[in-house]
Amino acid sequence: MSGVFSPSRAKIKERTLRTDKWWLQPAITFGVLFSFVIYATFRAFENKYYFAEPLISPFYSPCLSASCEPGTALAIFGQPFNNQYFGIGISPALFILIFPLGFRMTCYYYRKAYYRAFWLSPPACAVAEPHTKYTGETRAPLILQNSHRWFFYAGLVFNLILTWDTILAFRNAEKEWGHMSVGTLVFLFSTTMLWLYSLSCHTCRHTLGGRLKHFSKHPVRYKAWTFVSALNHKHPTFAWISLFGVAGADIYVRAVASGAITNFYFF
Amino acid sequence: MARMLKLRIWRGDSNDGALQDVQVEVNEGEVVLDVIHRVQATQMGDLAVRWNCKAGKCGSCSMEINGKPRLACMTQVAAYGEEETITVTPLRAFPVIKDLVTDVSFNYKKAMEIPAYAHPDELAPGEARMEQIDVERSQEFRKCIECFLCQDTCHVIRDHEENKKSFAGPRFFIRIAELDMHPLDTLRNRKKTAQEEHGLGMCNITKCCTEVCPEHIRITDNAIIPMKERVVDIKYDPARWLGSKIRKREGIV
Repeated sequence: MSGVFSPSRAKIKERTLRTDKWWLQPAITFGVLFSFVIYATFRAFENKYYFAEPLISPFYSPCLSASCEPGTALAIFGQPFNNQYFGIGISPALFILIFPLGFRMTCYYYRKAYYRAFWLSPPACAVAEPHTKYTGETRAPLILQNSHRWFFYAGLVFNLILTWDTILAFRNAEKEWGHMSVGTLVFLFSTTMLWLYSLSCHTCRHTLGGRLKHFSKHPVRYKAWTFVSALNHKHPTFAWISLFGVAGADIYVRAVASGAITNFYFF
Repeated sequence: MARMLKLRIWRGDSNDGALQDVQVEVNEGEVVLDVIHRVQATQMGDLAVRWNCKAGKCGSCSMEINGKPRLACMTQVAAYGEEETITVTPLRAFPVIKDLVTDVSFNYKKAMEIPAYAHPDELAPGEARMEQIDVERSQEFRKCIECFLCQDTCHVIRDHEENKKSFAGPRFFIRIAELDMHPLDTLRNRKKTAQEEHGLGMCNITKCCTEVCPEHIRITDNAIIPMKERVVDIKYDPARWLGSKIRKREGIV
């Protein structure tokens, strides 16, 4: 008998005496995150309907495989990967998704969300968890959560790439500049949310100024830290909206590429 | 206007105990501590309850109200439905002494394990000068009233008694952060000991400590996560570590 049922503690048989709907938030989190994982896995392996000039799905950008559709290559990276290894065809998405996935998996906000919703550790505050042992983030694999900083840096590179994709979305299907479509707006929204999610990140806050002992000696970094600290209050909000934004951008590109809808141009 | 309130109070000691139902008068504007005092005065003369200031500043009347760690003196009865039964128990992370009183000495032992502020040798008492922007982060943590609600709700020790020996808990992580961010503190290795001796790595950021803090200290965002990032600086970021060896950088101590 451990935890709240330890011999020295008040003898109360219930795991929690909370009377509110404490289970609702983890249940919603589980449902939404699980749905996203299922959808993202499906799309990562689908390997089609990810490009409709000038829109490329954020799940497939940058497209680094020889099997990528023509017009998807970014000159700076080229397409260094083969379309199959050991006789197994590999979707181009699988070469890149580890980076945004790693950034979200190690994010301090998402950690809270999935530790509660998926691992029930704890399911909610003052609700006894079902596990008999707990070592937190001191051992493998959870000690790898300390790699968040590296995924943050990689995430910034991806943000730059997706920003470039958004700029390209101001072209039409004939690659002429000066056009704008519904897809452009979808990409603008998605990329803006990704930047806000990254900039409001705790690691960003630490890197810009949080690690300093003397703000007074670093006025510019102090201002940057103050700005990011304000954004940081909204980090969970940006985490969710950017997740929906990326999924929305991919769904839109898929719908256009598969011919289900036409990308409507305003001009 | 007075009305009758249905209350369930846990009564007992470390050997045994149970929830007991009572009905007690409650008046407009009263807090849970008021009705507990009325029960004590009218129905349960030997009910043990720890309290002091009745103003949310001493941190004495910590207990669990409908399962949530709260200060009884800051919990309005009106926050609950008129037909609702309010259940009051002692803190469930600490050994119970009697009724609503628990033994929180674990926290005082942990407090003694945290290395104190180390003043610079070159500064005599009274010579220290600090700018406001350099101390404002630490000042947030000085609001702590040591109610230990954060310690009570932290599942690392609430659900795992065996972790108490190796885990200081959120109240002491804000103490460590306060000192590590202090512009004049000279103690080295505060980050390393936070991780290796005080159990910072056991925290999995579920933010319950922040949710229950009556002083609204952003324990997780402003203390624990920044300390985790500082630990990454010295233990898990080879580039930062190498940079600190080549050129002494502020913050890497």
